Amino acid sequence: MTALLTRRNIVFAALLIFLAVLPVYAAIGGKPFLITLFTRIVILAMAATSLNLIMGYGGMVSFGHAVYIGIGGYVVGILAQEGFPSGFMQWPAALVVSALFALVIGALSLRTRGVYFIMITLAFAQLLYYLAVGLDRYGGDDGLTIYNRSQFAGLINTSNKTQFYYLCLVLLFGVIGLTWRIVNSRFGMVIQGSRSNDRRMQAIGFPTFRYRLSCFVISGTICGLAGALLANHTEFVSPAMMHWTRSGDLIFMVVLGGMGSLFGPVVGAVALLVLEEVLSSLTEYWQIIVGPLFLLVVLFARGGISGMLAGASRG
Amino acid sequence: MLLFLEQCLNGLQLGLLLFLLAAGLTLIFGIMDLVNLAHGSFYMIGAYFAATFTVLTGSFILSVLLAFAATLLIGMAVEMIAMRRLYGRDHLDHVLGTFGLILFFNEAVRLIWGPAGMNVPLPAWLNTHFTILPGVEYPTYRLAIILVSLLVALFLYVLVMRTRIGMLIRAGATNREMVGALGVNIKLLYTLVFGLGAALAGLAGLMQAPILTVQIGMGENILILAFVVIIIGGIGSIRGAFIAAILVGLIDTIGRGFLPDILRLILSPRGASAIAPAMSSMLIYLLMTVVLVLRPAGLFPVSNK
Repeated sequence: MTALLTRRNIVFAALLIFLAVLPVYAAIGGKPFLITLFTRIVILAMAATSLNLIMGYGGMVSFGHAVYIGIGGYVVGILAQEGFPSGFMQWPAALVVSALFALVIGALSLRTRGVYFIMITLAFAQLLYYLAVGLDRYGGDDGLTIYNRSQFAGLINTSNKTQFYYLCLVLLFGVIGLTWRIVNSRFGMVIQGSRSNDRRMQAIGFPTFRYRLSCFVISGTICGLAGALLANHTEFVSPAMMHWTRSGDLIFMVVLGGMGSLFGPVVGAVALLVLEEVLSSLTEYWQIIVGPLFLLVVLFARGGISGMLAGASRG
Repeated sequence: MLLFLEQCLNGLQLGLLLFLLAAGLTLIFGIMDLVNLAHGSFYMIGAYFAATFTVLTGSFILSVLLAFAATLLIGMAVEMIAMRRLYGRDHLDHVLGTFGLILFFNEAVRLIWGPAGMNVPLPAWLNTHFTILPGVEYPTYRLAIILVSLLVALFLYVLVMRTRIGMLIRAGATNREMVGALGVNIKLLYTLVFGLGAALAGLAGLMQAPILTVQIGMGENILILAFVVIIIGGIGSIRGAFIAAILVGLIDTIGRGFLPDILRLILSPRGASAIAPAMSSMLIYLLMTVVLVLRPAGLFPVSNK
């Protein structure tokens, strides 16, 4: 791990440089749709990174993580609808509301373990999904169109595709940096210790429930930020944002990239979404290929792409 | 009062259907320790087979039997090709692998049967009303569903508790290595159990086919409900699944039937009719949350799991 120029780090660095210069390539090559596609990828990579924090490092498999994308998105959408276009208000509100929901969901879910945890997080996601369907004032099932993106008093123009892309990318880097700090802190060590053996961590005096709950809330909050970004990107929010299949996709991104690897979720998000884009341009029935791929990755590539690059040591 | 009785019967019917799904799920989880999200796909496949065989044979009963057998075979094939490799893995692997299978089955059905929904016509002798009490009529077919499901539940009970194969199934759930060491063909047993679970899900789907539109993704919402059922009941417990399924079926149906009226007492009529459908969809998830908060391992926890 001490060597800096491992194969894995080179690939990660190349990917980050690629993401950083993408708008230049899109402008020169005359492919503006690439910016739209990659803005989406960067945002979902952020959501996957937040999931990795609890799933990869904390061993908490949340099967309802997309719900925070929905919450963040709906906060932005509802505030825009009610005549509060300022991003200085919308975004902090999105973070706070996501954090509150994560606190309640986490406090109840973390009482359970294993498959019960997977299923109760799924049930909460369904609960909020139907709540969104029932929001008659805000479009219900049909969703809510956002006519104005968040406004930042001239600081940054979120309607400018390139500016918005870089904003998302910088925030993604910020989230990765934050994850790195968390994971390597004492707090992160407790979380990882609790994944390996919760009872032992409790025996040596850590109130692990509180640590795990804090971690769950941090993760939900970051995912809420991704939701606020996604709402701005698509200029539309609907219950479909938090559909349970979206949560499944997020889990797959993390596993595909490599669980518990800092840049893994980014790699996974890029790989999955680019693959979907390519396959859906080839055939209408692209999911018939992606579905078995999920199974194959689970069966034969347990460390994900990150694990494969690192060699057999993680297998 | 009449309406209430009818809603109770509807709830019972939904509950029994959920039990058919949940029984398979909980058997598969209890014995193979496998979380199978693709269970809803068998529900869908059963319904599609029923639709096709009705067109081919022209006989409803014959198509029901054929569809049941076909789903059983598909289930056993899926077990041999894919599921077998997932045993002993992490639950996360199960969730992800079987989630992939859902995508595969949905797309495969779209490829074979096309994107449009299908309808299964009921034969005339089932498409009647049955007088349960003087002045109270109930569709015969729905009564038939209740009856068949109850018979299947009884059959399951006898199979698991009173036969040799049931004894092996229970033994396998307690200690699979030991059963294997005693010379039981564990692989075959697992394939049979998985096939049985799939066929039960298929049965639920094909019985629903004449009531609902047969369409892609029809298995997913009911699958999540079935998971709610086995979690409320305690994963691995068939008795728990039965009680929880009836409970969930009744609460869901009665909630849908009467919540709008109850809400109208508190809210304006417009507000009530807007909120009621969402509220009634949320009821069961609320129930599950309450159960899990009070009893994190469900109502009938299976010991040593």
